[in-house]
Amino acid sequence: MTELLDRKLIFVTGKGGVGKTTIAAALGWLGAARGKKTLVCEVDAKGNLADFFETGPTHFVEREVAPRMWVMSMDTEASLKQYLSLQLKVPLVARIGPIAKMFDFVASAAPGVREIVTVGKLCWEVKEKHYDLVVVDASATGHIVGQLAAPQAINQLVQVGLVRQQTGWMLDILEDPDTTGLIVVATPAEMPVSETLELTDRLRQETNVDLAAVVVNRVLPELFGRGEEEVFERLCDPEAEARLDAELGGPSAPLMQAARLTVTMRRSRTEHLERLRHAIDPSVPLLYVPYLFVRSHGLRTTHQLSDALSAELGY
Amino acid sequence: MPASPSGVQPDSIGALLASKEIVIVCGSGGVGKTTAAAAAAAMAAVRLGGKVLVLTVDPARRLAAALGLEGFGNVETRVVPEAFEQAGARPRGELWAAMLDTKQSWDDLVRRHAPDRATAARILANPLYQNISGKFVQSHDYIAMERLYEIHSEGNFDLIVVDTPPTRNAVDFIEAPQRMAEFFSSRLLRMLIAPYRSRVVNVASRPFYQIADRVLGSQFLEDIAEFFVLFQTMYAGFVERARAVERVLRDRRTTFVVVSTLEAAPVREAEFFLEVLTAKRFHLGALVLNKVLPDYLLDEDAEKRAATLSDEASKLSRSEGLGELLDVDHEQLARVLAEVGDNFRNVAVVARREATLRQHLERRPDVVAAAPEFDTDIHDLPGLLRLGERIWG
Repeated sequence: MTELLDRKLIFVTGKGGVGKTTIAAALGWLGAARGKKTLVCEVDAKGNLADFFETGPTHFVEREVAPRMWVMSMDTEASLKQYLSLQLKVPLVARIGPIAKMFDFVASAAPGVREIVTVGKLCWEVKEKHYDLVVVDASATGHIVGQLAAPQAINQLVQVGLVRQQTGWMLDILEDPDTTGLIVVATPAEMPVSETLELTDRLRQETNVDLAAVVVNRVLPELFGRGEEEVFERLCDPEAEARLDAELGGPSAPLMQAARLTVTMRRSRTEHLERLRHAIDPSVPLLYVPYLFVRSHGLRTTHQLSDALSAELGY
Repeated sequence: MPASPSGVQPDSIGALLASKEIVIVCGSGGVGKTTAAAAAAAMAAVRLGGKVLVLTVDPARRLAAALGLEGFGNVETRVVPEAFEQAGARPRGELWAAMLDTKQSWDDLVRRHAPDRATAARILANPLYQNISGKFVQSHDYIAMERLYEIHSEGNFDLIVVDTPPTRNAVDFIEAPQRMAEFFSSRLLRMLIAPYRSRVVNVASRPFYQIADRVLGSQFLEDIAEFFVLFQTMYAGFVERARAVERVLRDRRTTFVVVSTLEAAPVREAEFFLEVLTAKRFHLGALVLNKVLPDYLLDEDAEKRAATLSDEASKLSRSEGLGELLDVDHEQLARVLAEVGDNFRNVAVVARREATLRQHLERRPDVVAAAPEFDTDIHDLPGLLRLGERIWG
């Protein structure tokens, strides 16, 4: 299997709320740190990507926010304009306003049209070798297959025309496992794990895109090692508690309660991790990323997660 | 803001649910919308009585099983009374559940609005329709509201709690009926199907066709046009229906509940959503803060003790009081003490972030409820009721 960061195009997906943008940002950061000219693109323009690099709002035009680290956000209309003028050599770019509106209308009805403009732009950046690595903060699990399968869908729906001709080279890029891979982000919880497994099935059935890795985000730390939990339990005995309270000059109960919370939360999540581990193809790397106890997510946490990914990848 | 029937503003989720017929639960992905909706419905069945329905979109498998939803799809199913008995609850009313089957609902809609069966069959067989009903991003949004309307107008339930589909944008679905109506009455649509009907392209749309022809190929354009021509036969019914759906959303018997966790991104989205609801004059019922860490983590004295524990673990483990009493390996004890201290300080950081976000919530509905982070998953009725108790007020 091609090493993760040796690929040129990495889509990052996952159930809503699992931290897909965080992971995409950290992965991009790692790529840039390892000397690759990297582009991170946010597809569902919620504007969160900017937070992770502590930079101003991202736009369709790529911007360098740190050495070798470029960011952009997808804008289907802008992408369409670029697509028409650069790839299809369609003139009249100046008069495209109302046409884009019309396109928007058709696109909201004709499946695959909007998606291909998105995927097309990203594939194009790869094809033209503008970047060594393109990381896509892609749509959530519910929509990603539609996006990745768009060239195929268009192929089936559109018999002739320039778009049809365009799907060939996109598929060449998307279906080459040395070039393109999909990362699914999950957290150790029931729904994210279930959606990950459903997605990996659909990915196999409906596309030829390679599953590059599954990232398990927000893994709680294991507080106690072998034998230590027993010691912890004994500390909770009333007599020991009283002694500890005396030593600390106040109740130790909240501290113990907090430790118990972490321990039980980690334990109840382990079963979901196990389910994931058993169901996923053993050749797909599972990368574990810790839960970060932080006030807010910014450049510092992007660094931390990038380090965690780096360690998991064996760098 | 319309007052509740008693003339008093509801001051708790319980009071809110008692005064409304439709509760639409929304929020960004991963905040526990589905669970919160099911918990509220279960509590309403227990406390308020009547027939309560939770209309859910994509529940976790175990939760679906707990609600008896496996394999039922679009059909409303009653949660068996034994399930409540086992949970130690004696409901005054009935809890029903239904899952949204998007494809099925679209097909039903087409059959209802098509002028005849032949047209319905042609629409259902059209490749574009098949793609749209399954994958059209906004189709979930519309169909969820459409099903809600249908169930509500049948009048079989006293209270319907709706879990909204995961959308790219949390407000998409409230605008879905209006957008659907606009879509079918749009000038663009007429322009698009005009050449298919008359072969006469007017001046305004000619450049579009020139480009579209080159880009998409005329065959595809004709497929699209045929699809829309077929769909036009349902125009009147569709638009009227979409308007009716919109009216239900704005009805005084309907309220919106926004769910969020206390993390930056979901809170930002929740605030945006609260703002849109207010601006568009929908009834804003409540904000539910979910998975909130316990208050004791905010205790500053406890945090000082945690710091002592972390810093002086080794000394404490050898202290006469503790070390001797426990009679365990000192180093092991020191590690445990340090872990306990570190853990408290770690979790307290997150708890403080939550408190700050909560304090700075810019727009608050009259009812704000908080539910704790439970240490295990909620996947059965006892779990739902436990959560329900906490938000009920």
